[in-house]
Amino acid sequence: MAKKMPEMEEYQYGFRDEHKAIFQTGKGLTAEIVTEISRQKNEPQWMLDFRLKSLAQFEKMPMPKWGGDMDELNFDDIQYYVKPSEKQGKTWEEVPSEIKETFDKLGIPEAEQKFLAGVSAQYESEVVYHSMQKELEDQGVIFMDTDTALKEHPEIFKEHFATVIPPADNKFAALNSAVWSGGSFIYVPKGVKCEVPLQAYFRINSENMGQFERTLIIADEGSFVHYVEGCTAPVYSTNSLHSAVVEIICKKDSRVRYTTIQNWAPNIYNLVTKRAVAEENATMEWVDGNIGSKLTMKYPAVVLKGEGAKGNVLSIAVAGKGQHQDAGAKMTHLAPNTTSTIVSKSISKHGGKVTYRGLTSFGRNSEGSKANIQCDTLILDNESTSDTIPYNEVKNDNITLEHEATVSKVSEDQLFYLMSRGLTESEATQMIVMGFIEPFTKELPMEYAVEMNRLIKFEMEGSIG
Amino acid sequence: MSNSPKFVIDGLKATIENKEILKGINLEIKGGEVHAIMGPNGTGKSTLASAIMGHPKYEVTEGTATLNGVDLLEMEVDERARAGVFLAMQYPSEITGVTNADFLRSAINAKREEGDEISLIKFIRKMEGKMGELEMNPEFMHRYLNEGFSGGEKKRNEILQMAMLDPSVVILDEVDSGLDIDALKIVADGVNNMRSEERGFLIITHYQRLLDYITPDFVHVMMQGRIVKSGGPELAERLESEGYDWIKEELGIEDETVGQEEEEFKMPMNTVAPEFK
Repeated sequence: MAKKMPEMEEYQYGFRDEHKAIFQTGKGLTAEIVTEISRQKNEPQWMLDFRLKSLAQFEKMPMPKWGGDMDELNFDDIQYYVKPSEKQGKTWEEVPSEIKETFDKLGIPEAEQKFLAGVSAQYESEVVYHSMQKELEDQGVIFMDTDTALKEHPEIFKEHFATVIPPADNKFAALNSAVWSGGSFIYVPKGVKCEVPLQAYFRINSENMGQFERTLIIADEGSFVHYVEGCTAPVYSTNSLHSAVVEIICKKDSRVRYTTIQNWAPNIYNLVTKRAVAEENATMEWVDGNIGSKLTMKYPAVVLKGEGAKGNVLSIAVAGKGQHQDAGAKMTHLAPNTTSTIVSKSISKHGGKVTYRGLTSFGRNSEGSKANIQCDTLILDNESTSDTIPYNEVKNDNITLEHEATVSKVSEDQLFYLMSRGLTESEATQMIVMGFIEPFTKELPMEYAVEMNRLIKFEMEGSIG
Repeated sequence: MSNSPKFVIDGLKATIENKEILKGINLEIKGGEVHAIMGPNGTGKSTLASAIMGHPKYEVTEGTATLNGVDLLEMEVDERARAGVFLAMQYPSEITGVTNADFLRSAINAKREEGDEISLIKFIRKMEGKMGELEMNPEFMHRYLNEGFSGGEKKRNEILQMAMLDPSVVILDEVDSGLDIDALKIVADGVNNMRSEERGFLIITHYQRLLDYITPDFVHVMMQGRIVKSGGPELAERLESEGYDWIKEELGIEDETVGQEEEEFKMPMNTVAPEFK
């Protein structure tokens, strides 16, 4: 007999808790507010100067004229800094109880026990919980929130901070540079391989909140680290903004994998700048899943700076009703024999819009380099749309660039075939969708793959009938 | 007795894009029986198969199809499958990213109550066993469903699904097309092993060849969207040696096809080229 489908809900993580912040700036953005954020954090003068300069830069820069529709994004209506608690917990008992309950509901402490080497949990603007396995600490791995790193590791921090993404890179990078708070700082020493992933979880709770975490990962020569981030927020009728900056430095022969499962509520603008620099024979892998948000504009980038460096982006984007996923990747080949691979899988349904926007460029010294780009789109109904906008820049004759793009619909014949074996229409559609994103889910750690499949099933349940 | 199914088609008419293809089909298949429907291309044989299964392209305008007295035509495609109807398709779809094993396990569990799903070990044993009988390479278990399968491999995979799903009415739509003689024997063995009082078969075929290996109890000839002649196995033998012309003469039929321009366009380009007259 037909199995009962679980009841349909709009967005599963849309609950909120009643936690009261201990400090908040109120709405709007001024030099006074930026100064106050820096004062609250007890920062060195250079960081305050950096913030104020970035604010000036932000005010000077125009809104991007391409990408998604940001007409409803009002910078004066956003709260830029909310401090949830006095100090960071090293155990979950030290975390304020409402906040702990929220993370319990999201399954973070449970996941930590089962399969993570370290966990960071950010709530509003600050990291409220942080821990890492002792073995990694003993090997010299640094994993902490970015604010603490600024205080405890000032030299290595200052040496790398804002070197991959300067404030003037784009308007939202400038905004983040002015008001950044929280995020993860990771340093992996030479030759150290972290076999078990480190995870950060980002949660927005308040209405009109802006979350501006800043992540900096430095993988020293021959090291390896896998970092995973997840994000959710309650559903409000007004908009919130998430605008992160993620900088990664992969030194010679190192490898970094950065996995994101973004499942923001459908009222969040998710405007994120992510970029890595890969030195000689280093490998950078972005595994990027975008399921939620109102508008996502995100193009994980790899600057292939050293000979033989490799960059991969593997992404999926799912856009439902009222959602626009404008996502893609940027690969910049600057050295000989560098290789890059972009695999983008997009799904649109219920009038959602997905755009693949990508830039692959080959500099004068990129002799013998290769790039492969593959964009596949699955459109589930006639109201939904998809665009593929690839840009290529080539300044060297001896390179290889391949681009493949497919757009498909769930075909009547495929559905008929699966249903003729007893699967319901909704089970059959799910199966086709899961098969479509299989190249993505197979790259996730097992537990995340299970979670991802669950999320996609959940997303798909509303798609039929 | 209660396990022996009774499948009855009565006065079935069906259209595609308002063009009538089936013009009143009557057929009764009981458990243990093998019926063959033969006929030249374009006479409505495959339409009959698809209409019974409920392909959305076809609209049934008149008549009934019942299994043990239960109306199939009121059901969704998946409900017909769970009621016990199985269609081995002429052109099985390819589904990327879904392994043969995952798919079959979901299909088996779709028929079972929640909480009574087949255990993984039991499932794998059963699948390995059936694949062995069909001389399928074990790697096909983990290949994506029909993706990159040759024509013969797809047909064997259809028979594998039939064997795994244990249906009570089996319709084989041109399951012999694209098979070499060895594969044909294997497929025929697969079908013969499944013959029992608990199952009825409807074999749709263009050629007599398959019936050399699966002996039917009844043979029907289809032309112009109707069954125009029925008989025993000897009818298939006569068709093999003399072709269809004698039936056309006997019945005064000049053009045996129905809705033919449509059918020509529906042929996938890589299988059978359309006939130009």
